[in-house]
Amino acid sequence: MDHQQNTFSPEVTFQHHHSDAEFKKRVRKTTILLSVITIIELGIGLTIYTLHKGEHPSPLLILMFKGMVCILTLAKAYYIVSVFMHLGDEIRNMIMTIVVPLSLFIWFILAFILDGNSYKNLRNKYDPHFKESTMPVHEQKQDTIELKHSGKE
Amino acid sequence: MATTATTHQTKWWSGGKSPFNLEYGKLMMWYFLMSDAFTFGAFLISYGSIRFSQNFWADSNAVFNAFPGAGHANLPLAFVSVMTFILIISSVTMVLAVHAGHNQDKNGVIKWIAWTIVGGLAFLGCQAWEWHHLITGEHAVLVDGKIELIGQTMRGNPWGRVVEGSAVMDALRNTPKETLMKLVEEHNHTVAPAQLASMSNDNLIGMLNTAEMHVREKGPIAFGGYFFGITGFHGFHVFSGVIINSIMLIMTSKGVFERKGHYLMIEKAGLYWHFVDLVWVFVFLCFYLI
Repeated sequence: MDHQQNTFSPEVTFQHHHSDAEFKKRVRKTTILLSVITIIELGIGLTIYTLHKGEHPSPLLILMFKGMVCILTLAKAYYIVSVFMHLGDEIRNMIMTIVVPLSLFIWFILAFILDGNSYKNLRNKYDPHFKESTMPVHEQKQDTIELKHSGKE
Repeated sequence: MATTATTHQTKWWSGGKSPFNLEYGKLMMWYFLMSDAFTFGAFLISYGSIRFSQNFWADSNAVFNAFPGAGHANLPLAFVSVMTFILIISSVTMVLAVHAGHNQDKNGVIKWIAWTIVGGLAFLGCQAWEWHHLITGEHAVLVDGKIELIGQTMRGNPWGRVVEGSAVMDALRNTPKETLMKLVEEHNHTVAPAQLASMSNDNLIGMLNTAEMHVREKGPIAFGGYFFGITGFHGFHVFSGVIINSIMLIMTSKGVFERKGHYLMIEKAGLYWHFVDLVWVFVFLCFYLI
């Protein structure tokens, strides 16, 4: 049983057998899913666009929509890797050698985004020329009214 | 046949077989893709870091609002969604090529690999158009008290803060005649260039509608470097993917894999191609959506 007939490759002990019908169903389902997620993303993108065009765009609402797009993108990435690249079908140990190193991205993203943000705040505090020449016009007006406003993005 | 039950019984680390149940080349392709993910990740995170360090960033909906053949129409997200769907579909055709390989179906592999190549070339064509449009499309920008026409390049970004009407009028008076003529031509196609040349600066300014001009300041300069750098690096991956797929197509049609008895090479090329699609998902997110 351990050493099965294998025309595939001597290194591969067993193969994944998907019947044609099952495979077709899976691919069709994933394709539709990816398309639908992309369309939702585009819808959110256009929503952000119309919010920006409005008189007083709410930074919190826009940030929320942007966060939603990020989550949808991660879902898309999961389906591409798991179904199209068949990583979901591999042996667990192998999956872990790919996924565990990738978790470095959690630190990578947080550290550098926060660093950039902190640099902006420091410059706004100590370099008035930078603040004046780069702050979007509508946020400058808000700034004079409420002093605590930090000027997101 | 082998099911998950045997997976647990098999002593994977006792030697004589791959403990990951994978062919060496395919495993190494996975590790290459993981390192490539870090390369792309580093680029995108660097972009994010710079973006978070700025008070103002170019609005992607203002930058990417053109569509081939649609002239000056404002169509945000339209063209890039076409590009995104092209890559998704070409990823699907690649899955079908790999599946045909599993079934030893030579003609199926040829058919689906060929469609994947077509998708890759279509994507590259779209990208070439987009770059060309960004670089050559000139926009009115307020620089040193006068209006200049600049495109999106590595050195300049015409999508800064919007300039108010009165400041535009002042700037127009300092603007050289050549630029004024170009500005009039952009919105008014009825007057012949020779006629424009004979007009005075004040007359030319009188023909301009300052509200329609959308004059802006110069935007953050890093935008061009990041956009062209990252989409260029991705485009290079698409290009090399097309080359790899073309080689696979030739090898398949010559019967190389048929003689070997397996189509593992198609699987490896497939992994690379899916990765290109995967990266685009994130480039799309970072440059066009947020």
